[in-house]
Amino acid sequence: MKVGLFIPCYIDQFYPQVGIATLQLLEKLGCNVSFPLNQTCCGQPMANSGFAALSKNCDKNFVANFRGFDYIVGPSGSCVLHLKEHLHDEQHPGEAQHIRKHVYELTEFLVDILKIEKLDASFPHKVGLHNSCHGQRGLHLSSMSERMLPAFSKPQQLLSMVKGLELSLPVRSDECCGFGGTFCVFEEAVSVKMGKDRIADHATNDVDYITGGDVSCLMHLEGILKRNGSNVKTVHIAEILNSSL
Amino acid sequence: MSISKLSHAEAAEQFIKDEPRTDWHDETLWFVRQKRDKAAHGLPEWEKLREWASQIKDHTLSNLDNYLKEFESKAQDNGVIVHWAADGEEHNRIIYDIITHHKIKKIVKSKSMLTEECGLNEFLHAKGIETVDTDLGERIVQFRQEAPSHIVLPAIHLKKQDVSDTFHEHLHTEKGNNDPQYLTEAARQHLREKFIESELAITGVNFAVAETGGFIVCTNEGNADMGAHAAKIHIACMGFEKMIPKAEHLSVFLRLLARSATGQPITTYSSHFHKPREGQEMHIVIVDNGRSRQLGRADFRNSLKCIRCAACFNTCPVYRRSGGHSYHTAVAGPIGSILNPNIDMRANADLPFASTLCGSCSNVCPVKIDIHDQLWKWRQVLVAEGYVDTTKKIGLKGMAFVLARPGLYRFAGKAGRAMMRMFPWLLNNKLNPWYKQREMPAPPKESFRDWYIKNKQQ
Repeated sequence: MKVGLFIPCYIDQFYPQVGIATLQLLEKLGCNVSFPLNQTCCGQPMANSGFAALSKNCDKNFVANFRGFDYIVGPSGSCVLHLKEHLHDEQHPGEAQHIRKHVYELTEFLVDILKIEKLDASFPHKVGLHNSCHGQRGLHLSSMSERMLPAFSKPQQLLSMVKGLELSLPVRSDECCGFGGTFCVFEEAVSVKMGKDRIADHATNDVDYITGGDVSCLMHLEGILKRNGSNVKTVHIAEILNSSL
Repeated sequence: MSISKLSHAEAAEQFIKDEPRTDWHDETLWFVRQKRDKAAHGLPEWEKLREWASQIKDHTLSNLDNYLKEFESKAQDNGVIVHWAADGEEHNRIIYDIITHHKIKKIVKSKSMLTEECGLNEFLHAKGIETVDTDLGERIVQFRQEAPSHIVLPAIHLKKQDVSDTFHEHLHTEKGNNDPQYLTEAARQHLREKFIESELAITGVNFAVAETGGFIVCTNEGNADMGAHAAKIHIACMGFEKMIPKAEHLSVFLRLLARSATGQPITTYSSHFHKPREGQEMHIVIVDNGRSRQLGRADFRNSLKCIRCAACFNTCPVYRRSGGHSYHTAVAGPIGSILNPNIDMRANADLPFASTLCGSCSNVCPVKIDIHDQLWKWRQVLVAEGYVDTTKKIGLKGMAFVLARPGLYRFAGKAGRAMMRMFPWLLNNKLNPWYKQREMPAPPKESFRDWYIKNKQQ
């Protein structure tokens, strides 16, 4: 199984440890992983700001990097959702279509394709799970409180395999953290208020860490936590699933 | 009415400055959202009902011309006078003509977001005619010369103390008395007087049935009935998307509407109007005001399925923290953000961006409007039409240029991180909105790619 590792631009630049954990985890689980060296960004920042027309060359670059893989896996639900919904390449429509159908968010890939039932991981801490909207509502990584459908959660299923981890959910288990791409700067006040409220909801559970499948949400929450001198830390789910004592 | 001239982001920032009030607003509406969840969970067929409602509305919108003609002819057979208004101005003029023809002085109105959309109150006020809003929440905001901040709960942004102050000023209630029963009784006495005196009643329409020519008005206070039954003339105002084909379809919508809106199994009063009673005159004003334009936009026509339950308001994490007035339009919240750019693209270009695209609005919508996808699509339209800030445009153009060139992206990334390490004040200052209330991420020396080349490609 040839897996192309997709590390979104801001993870590449600011959170290399998330890329490393994702790669090591996939390799541990027997995947033949390569990281195409000329990848940049999925194009989402432009598209969500109304400039989808400007992301054409970005799309082209993505297709050039990721054609020919059986699966493409990335540790970010929101970037993966963008690719699934919007990736186009006029010169290589077949390849773009293949990528759209075979691009997976990490936890989705572990549960649905690799069908992982046990993990050799240990993370003896109190952890709060933040359900990121694009992963949850867009990729259906877990059930949603608004819908009257049976409950499930792919990230939770994986976290339950980690030794020593004590998981808790906030009361509003699937409310948005307020990051929202460029929303976080153009609607700064609402964005921060939403983030503060998410943190307060987790804080009532006395967690050591907040985790999730999207670095963007975690980066936003981390920024607020650090500014307020909190002891609560953020950690991407790949780092937990890859950790051992 | 004071409609804010500020952009959504600016008005929201003002609102959030009073953090305890923001928290209270958020929690109050979240409570309503939870009531909605409980009510929806109580029906095993909930998702099926949503699907049916969505299909009925799809079908109706595809055959709207026929259903509107059928409705008009049945209503006329019932003795109702039907008017057609191309826009808000024409809607207001039709009503004004009826008022002047009958030399009416006293008018009561039950809550109608369409008349808010058309600016009827201001129009009549300017002509020296006062209308009294009879929905309690709407009466409160009317006293305060404010617009409703929510389509179902017009005064939800106000606390008991605010209502007490308002009533003290306008109804001369005891100063500082916040007792809800006392205040409600004062409003009841005041409104009772208005109902009895009124010569003309204006109501909205929740559903209009093509098959019968009748229409249905849903209220929790019975104020539409009080007005319509006491007055000599009843004018019902409706946007043309209120149509449903048959009376039997009502069962689907009435089960969804109140559960989605407030978590009630059904509204307290679902009043059916078919014909004027003896000696009464009944009018219906059917309004377009941009709806046919929206119907013609393939990406946005679905927004006309809306039954105005406001479930998308209550679930929206942005609405709950920014308040309805920050949307500066009659219909706020996520649905307003996809309806209003159609009415005025320039004035409402900020609204589709007042969302994180979290998708909760689409999930709660009882008629399955793809609200968050339409928000995304409106952003594309607004940018293409040039209704976007120049700074944003330059920034994103630059970003797209860099991100399409791997070598440049890596150079910029490395240089950027080095600058952040060496000159942190370049970004850690008040010109950076991220930094205002958040720390920047710590820039590592090595990107993932650098690590990969060093550790995996030797």
